[in-house]
Amino acid sequence: MKIYLPLDSAAVALGADDVAAAILAHAAKAGVQVDLIRHGSRGMVWLEPLAEVETPQGRIGFGPMTPADVAGLFGDTNTHPKALGLIDALPWMVGQTRLTFARCGVINPLDIKDYRAHGGFAGLVRALDMTSADIVAEVTASGLRGRGGAGFPTGIKWNTVAGAQAERKYIVCNADEGDSATFADRMIMEGDPLTLIEGMVIAGLATGATKGFVYIRSEYPIAIEVMEKAIALARAHGVLGASVMGRGPAFDMEVRVGAGAYVCGEETSLLNSLEGKRGVVRAKPPLPALEGFMGQPTVVNNVISLASVPVIMAKGAAHYAAIGLGRSRGTIPLQIAGNVKYGGLYEVGFGLTLGDIVDKIAGGTASGRPVKAVQVGGPLGAYFPRALFDTPFGYEEFAGKEGLIGHAGLTVFDDSADMLAQARFAMEFCAIESCGKCTPCRIGAVRGVETVDRIANGDTAAIPLLTDLCATMKSGSLCALGGFTPYPVLSALHHFPDDFAKAKEAAE
Amino acid sequence: MLDTTALGARVGEILAQHLGREGALLPILHDVQAEFGYIPQESLPQIALALNISRAEVHGVVSFYHDFRESSAGRSVVKLCRAEACQAMGGDTVAAYARAKLGVDWHETTPNGAVTLEPVFCLGLCACAPAAMVNGKLLGRVDADKLDKILGDLA
Repeated sequence: MKIYLPLDSAAVALGADDVAAAILAHAAKAGVQVDLIRHGSRGMVWLEPLAEVETPQGRIGFGPMTPADVAGLFGDTNTHPKALGLIDALPWMVGQTRLTFARCGVINPLDIKDYRAHGGFAGLVRALDMTSADIVAEVTASGLRGRGGAGFPTGIKWNTVAGAQAERKYIVCNADEGDSATFADRMIMEGDPLTLIEGMVIAGLATGATKGFVYIRSEYPIAIEVMEKAIALARAHGVLGASVMGRGPAFDMEVRVGAGAYVCGEETSLLNSLEGKRGVVRAKPPLPALEGFMGQPTVVNNVISLASVPVIMAKGAAHYAAIGLGRSRGTIPLQIAGNVKYGGLYEVGFGLTLGDIVDKIAGGTASGRPVKAVQVGGPLGAYFPRALFDTPFGYEEFAGKEGLIGHAGLTVFDDSADMLAQARFAMEFCAIESCGKCTPCRIGAVRGVETVDRIANGDTAAIPLLTDLCATMKSGSLCALGGFTPYPVLSALHHFPDDFAKAKEAAE
Repeated sequence: MLDTTALGARVGEILAQHLGREGALLPILHDVQAEFGYIPQESLPQIALALNISRAEVHGVVSFYHDFRESSAGRSVVKLCRAEACQAMGGDTVAAYARAKLGVDWHETTPNGAVTLEPVFCLGLCACAPAAMVNGKLLGRVDADKLDKILGDLA
């Protein structure tokens, strides 16, 4: 009997390890041979821990599991109270276009044979027969843009590094996924780490880099463990090492662990941290592509950007570019979080409206109250009111509404949310996490908290001051931390003015 | 109080494992903290010397990152997520309850040394919020009842 149960952090946080122990204990007691595979999550977090039992018809899901539900897996599963039917037939799975996450939740993340059997390394094998210029051209033609939030075309970045002359070049994977509502990087590293490794090796072939680093935040202990095991596995199988797959150039990589600084998700700050320094932001230029890690040409890409490269190389740029909307090509793993009925990861082509995502896919709020606001793109993203729910999910489309898609995390709030408090938190967070290098961010965030407090106390004259401060932070900050903190603040102010007038009304 | 000779020897072993690596300081500090529970002041000159940087530079790095402690934490460390997705699910209420129940504010340790309370900004458990990490163990959908049980076990 083959049972799959996620090792994913979210499943573990909801008790997957206890369920795993119960499965093994029950199997031993009943004398049943059980092959328990800890794999990635399917992204249906409301059903976690979600156990899957392999049958000739396909995998049958059971969730959310508790240890008490385990015995039933060994009986007539049709009458099991937690039975969900065939996983692949569930609406959440059917509605998706899974390219980057095609294997996540399907394969054993640490089994190279399983990885190959599901199309793994097809992209790398193809890349090994191509020139570096052709690989760069393929990635450029796919339209892939940086999934970390900035949306810079990945192929163009690679081209700069490929063209740079240097003794050493590096591929740095930014896995410092600090934005609230984002967990796609974590899920792919836990559920299909070999995809990320494959993407980084292809990046190495494309640019002439021979060394890779995955900089993972310390808040992700399971991702760190799985990634380290996967790298050792890839090395043992000759994917990494002196010659990639025995016929390519050298490429090796290692995991580096962050130390709890949000700003290290900014690429230049990340590079300083990787070099063993304070994670302060560097001024650009020079671009990291020319002078990055240790002053050498460096590709800094987000996990999802790199993990999307294997499928692009395997299926071809045209296949990927055929999906999407406008200049946002391909798929995006939406991370639906906060106060939602159905939260989790949903990979789909760009172009769904925000309203469809929140009302149809997420099923509205968990509390059952009306949706008040959705923060899109993490703590530096704007709060969208229901009036903007017709906005299609795309880089330019969200920018056109004074927002951003960022790393595609969505936090849903019900009508109990106080948007003034959310604006204050945005400033407070910026003050806590500012690296301190530039004044608009370092001082501005502190003054921002004070100014929001004045408004909270009924001083409406402070509102223009807040707007002015945001303008200074937006145009004067060195990086997106200070530069984008105005997005949540100003969107809260513009779309929810009533929340900023309560104290004044109360006073009058 | 740590025995400085033993401390120096152990730090020396950690340094030997990392010397020659590019950007070795963060991995060294992680290992030192894993060994001692914090970064002992006495280890700073030794680390600085090995990496050929100043003691001030090492101090600058230690003090920059939230993870590195300059003194030991309580016997248990409870981290509660304060970020937006957890706020949307009542994280602030859970945090206020924890502070009241423990009688400490963020970054403080209970007088009996049992629990240190830390804020954390996102554990990537945003679809099963509010989230917590207790002595490295991840927890989702934390509410007052769950917190009572956790804190009861730690006291």
